[in-house]
Amino acid sequence: MKELLIDLYNKNSELINNGSPLFVKELREKALEVFKQNGLPNTKTENWRQSDIQSRLEHEFAFNFVNQSKSLDVVDIFTCDVYDLDTFSVTMLNGWFVYQNAPITQLPDGTIIGSLSKAMEVYPEIIEKYLGKAADINKTGVTALNTAFMQDGLFVHVPDNVEVEKPIQIINIVDLKENTFLQPRHLIVVGKNSKLTVVHCDHSLVHNISFSNTVAEIFLEENSKYEHYKVQNMGKNSSLLTNLFIKQKEGSSLVTNALTLNGAFTKNYVDVGINGKNCNSELYGLYLVDSAQHVDNQVFVDHAEAESTSNQLYKGILDDESRAVFSGKVMVRKDSQKTQAYQNNKNILLTDDAKVFTQPHLEIYADDVKCSHGATVGQLDPNAMFYLHSRGLCEKTARQLLMYAFASEVVNAISIPALKESIDNMVQKRLRGELSICDQCLLHCNDRESPVFDIDLNKI
Amino acid sequence: MAEAEENNKTLNELADKEYKYGFYTDIELDTAPKGLSEDIIRFISAKKNEPDFMLEFRLKAYRHWLTLKEPEWAHVNYQKIDYQDVIYYAAPKKQPKYESIDEVDPELLETFAKLGIPLDEQKVLAGVAVDAVIDSVSVKTTFQSTLAEKGIIFCSFSEAVQNHPELIKEYMGSVVPYTDNYFAALNSAVFTDGSFCYIPKGVRCPLELSTYFRINAANTGQFERTLIVAEEGSYVSYMEGCTAPIRDENQLHAAIVEIISHKDAEVKYSTVQNWWPGNKDGKGGVYNFVTKRGICKGENSKISWTQVETGSAVTWKYPSVVLMGDNSSGEFYSVAVTNNYQQADTGTKMIHLGKNTKSTIISKGISAGFSNNSYRGLVKTTKNAINARNFSQCDSLLLGDKCGAHTFPYIEVGNKSSIVEHEATTSKISEDQLFYCLQRGIDMGSAIGLIVNGYAKDVLSKLPMEFAVEAQKLLSISLEGSVG
Amino acid sequence: MLKIKDLNVSINGKQILKNFNIEVNKGEVHAIMGPNGSGKSTLAAVIAGRDIFTVDSGEILYNGKDLLDMPPDLRAREGVFLGFQYPVEIPGVSMVNFMRTAINEKRKHFGLEPLTGAEFLKLMEEKKKVVDIQAKLTNRSVNEGFSGGEKKKNEIFQMAMLEPKLAILDETDSGLDIDALKVVANGVNALKKPDNATVVITHYQRLLDYIVPDFVHVLYEGRIVKSGTKELALELEEKGYEWIKNEVK
Repeated sequence: MKELLIDLYNKNSELINNGSPLFVKELREKALEVFKQNGLPNTKTENWRQSDIQSRLEHEFAFNFVNQSKSLDVVDIFTCDVYDLDTFSVTMLNGWFVYQNAPITQLPDGTIIGSLSKAMEVYPEIIEKYLGKAADINKTGVTALNTAFMQDGLFVHVPDNVEVEKPIQIINIVDLKENTFLQPRHLIVVGKNSKLTVVHCDHSLVHNISFSNTVAEIFLEENSKYEHYKVQNMGKNSSLLTNLFIKQKEGSSLVTNALTLNGAFTKNYVDVGINGKNCNSELYGLYLVDSAQHVDNQVFVDHAEAESTSNQLYKGILDDESRAVFSGKVMVRKDSQKTQAYQNNKNILLTDDAKVFTQPHLEIYADDVKCSHGATVGQLDPNAMFYLHSRGLCEKTARQLLMYAFASEVVNAISIPALKESIDNMVQKRLRGELSICDQCLLHCNDRESPVFDIDLNKI
Repeated sequence: MAEAEENNKTLNELADKEYKYGFYTDIELDTAPKGLSEDIIRFISAKKNEPDFMLEFRLKAYRHWLTLKEPEWAHVNYQKIDYQDVIYYAAPKKQPKYESIDEVDPELLETFAKLGIPLDEQKVLAGVAVDAVIDSVSVKTTFQSTLAEKGIIFCSFSEAVQNHPELIKEYMGSVVPYTDNYFAALNSAVFTDGSFCYIPKGVRCPLELSTYFRINAANTGQFERTLIVAEEGSYVSYMEGCTAPIRDENQLHAAIVEIISHKDAEVKYSTVQNWWPGNKDGKGGVYNFVTKRGICKGENSKISWTQVETGSAVTWKYPSVVLMGDNSSGEFYSVAVTNNYQQADTGTKMIHLGKNTKSTIISKGISAGFSNNSYRGLVKTTKNAINARNFSQCDSLLLGDKCGAHTFPYIEVGNKSSIVEHEATTSKISEDQLFYCLQRGIDMGSAIGLIVNGYAKDVLSKLPMEFAVEAQKLLSISLEGSVG
Repeated sequence: MLKIKDLNVSINGKQILKNFNIEVNKGEVHAIMGPNGSGKSTLAAVIAGRDIFTVDSGEILYNGKDLLDMPPDLRAREGVFLGFQYPVEIPGVSMVNFMRTAINEKRKHFGLEPLTGAEFLKLMEEKKKVVDIQAKLTNRSVNEGFSGGEKKKNEIFQMAMLEPKLAILDETDSGLDIDALKVVANGVNALKKPDNATVVITHYQRLLDYIVPDFVHVLYEGRIVKSGTKELALELEEKGYEWIKNEVK
């Protein structure tokens, strides 16, 4: 596969680099060199031992080096209307940004939202300042690969002192007849004292085999606030790699939340570089997997400056013969005193064929710190089960209720009420086995359900 | 911040601690030439007058070792070892094994007396039988006859090869095969001696058994091998202690310990490891690359590891338990102290195969100076390990801002009825606790010593009495230095 | 014995004690009262040598020696004892080990031989009676698992063991029921000698019914605004701290 990809680049380098500034071309070629050296991760690569992407790639894939979806009317193919969710919505179709009116929009407050490919032409000075500065191509082979092939994706630039009220929702849709290999690249810059929320939905409309390798770079300037929600509801034949690289400056605060509800193979990598004091980073994840689904959450939090706080909470429920991997690493560098770092991974296995691998790691080189981590794998609390039985709940309802309670710790961390409510609904559906890729749209929740779980969970 | 300065001063003083076992005994040695080859292995085997199966085992291990690469995954850095620059066999020239205390070389007796290990049964602590291993050879085993009355075999590995070849053949390599890892393969090829212990069915060993290891000769690797077999319903508590002289060059120690615990048997294995850690600039010290593993073979069997690790320049050690029998249980209690430039990567593996198996891990890491101290542990439950339970608590304490404390747990759970819990915290000594001690007139060094000992108490309390006192002192010495 | 002159103390740039003055002589019991946040606990901590506070100016003389020059452990060995408002828990360190280390360090300071185990245990049994401690302290860790009352009793027990010259009791009465309060107060009274002195820091008057002070000082906004005899405490109890606040204005 490695040779094939290198060959593919060489054959299509003109198409790929068409219209790009020189520095982007140079960055791509540098990344290609690194990729030639390192190749793709295999099951001997640290943090990839349990997640074999090589076997996911044993297919013929189609690549789209030219944007063929520019003129499409998004509404024709997809509408996402989470009840009451008022977002600035943008769509990526098969790896390319879909224009509605113009490739790039500038809001009255100065915020720029649009296609990265177009932004390379229009705002080369901004792009040059940030592109490739967070996503270290030496870190993983897939990041080098994405950088070599990157063409389009979401570009957002929030100037200083602007609070973008509406969340930006980016919907990645795969809708091709052939097996598709996508490498979207997003770049988000949040200026000083500014605020932004992004909702990132991955969705497939078809059951074809797809392999998506996304890299997003996010730069948080001083005292900015950023929230990133990832909702993954992919098909049974999809492989989804998402690599989120975030650089935090002094006083910035970050929330990420990865909600994996479907997808044959999902690996979410979150890499947080804390490069200023008084930063706060909250990293959440929830995975509800069944059949032979595989989900891998890898987190790296690098406390390179003192006096910041990070907190990781990842929870998962595994059914059938699904697999879940959590590998979290907190690095507290020398002199990063007064760091507080917490890490927690909790799992529930519903069958003897499901398997969980968890590795919460701490690497600490400063002494005046508060760091702790925990990992548990277990069943639903038998005492709680008994309590519910004694109140007349049947086995199935009691289980669902407790699983729902288990999951809600992560769901409750969602700060957008409409999104929280629809995710909450999806979790309930998912726990009842109703939510699948066959639903028209995962966020298509106009038909709000009457609450099934009307017990006050706080009283359990 | 006067207190902080004081704190640093004390920590610096701690770094200048003394190693009181650093002397060297001048005894005549019988050594093999430097280097490793099939010839050297044949030489060792011939010296020890071994049966053919032993030589074959060694050669197979050696040939396998040649195919392996030195592991690099541990969180340690050290200069690569030149395996051709090590002496693989060194034994006191005088009669290697002594029938009575009168025959022992007085120099050797003195050596062990200095180490606080009297070999004279009259003077020995009541209730402890000792096997003393110097460089590669067991020099004296005490209380053998007392033990023999109960059918307990406690002797050097070499003696066991001669006298109980069937037991060696059955159990050697059954828990740690020579294919296990790089250092296990090396040990299997060149090991020279060690202890062997066999507790027959239903016997509760009346004495604490103890092996005392010492590296003495220069440029000599120590490759000993311990094998403990506890038959059905038996019990034994086993202790291991180690020291080495101060030398500028690094010394290699690659040992293997294998424990087999049959149905209803219980083995407690305690280690106080105090190999020469190198000087305060990180020069010299022992490379301690050890494979320790026990198997709970029968139902309701139990293996418990307790270790206090204060020595060695580099430690790479994961005493493990394979929980095969239903209802069996494994325990790992560890205190690891690193100072100056010491590096420790230590922890355990608990492999749950049987039903209702249970494991407990309590690890306390204490880092000072420029050292790095890592806990690395695997807890695995397979599909058939129904109702397996594990609880792990791994705490790290940092003394000073130049050291590192790391926690690397690996957890794999393969069935729905298992419950695995891991907790870890990292912190420094609480300022409030220190101030409370100071306010009572206790100086900084003693205060740190007290608090650290208190911190490690959960583990220290698992040690046999005879060892606990020594371990507590050692912990204070390791950190207190000139104070007191 | 203790002479504090024009002491100014701050923490993180915030001034807490302002030109604070007091003089305590041998044989005296002083009570320092004041509303929350007036700087009572800061005063106690600074005398004992807690380094989170910054002494900006002024001096603390203890038997003619400059206390500010001494590290906290030396102050303790010289006879300064602080009864903590919140006694610290030290897991795994037994009371016996803790006290024995403290006593022997003090003895060493004065050139005395350390106590043997037997001597020490005898002393401990004797002193436990002072505050009516029944529990075996041998296998209990310092303050760990102690109730609020037990912790305070334990402070007075340690005071009895260490026989300080100057004892500063920081809110020793807080969190005590009336029975425990009596036990603690009786302990303090029993330890009173002509050549030692006690400073009792408290919010309420009730402790002073049992430990009768020679002098009462009211601390407000970092300085002593009123001094008097035990009657001042009663007046304060009756009129409340508002009275002081108004007077100061």
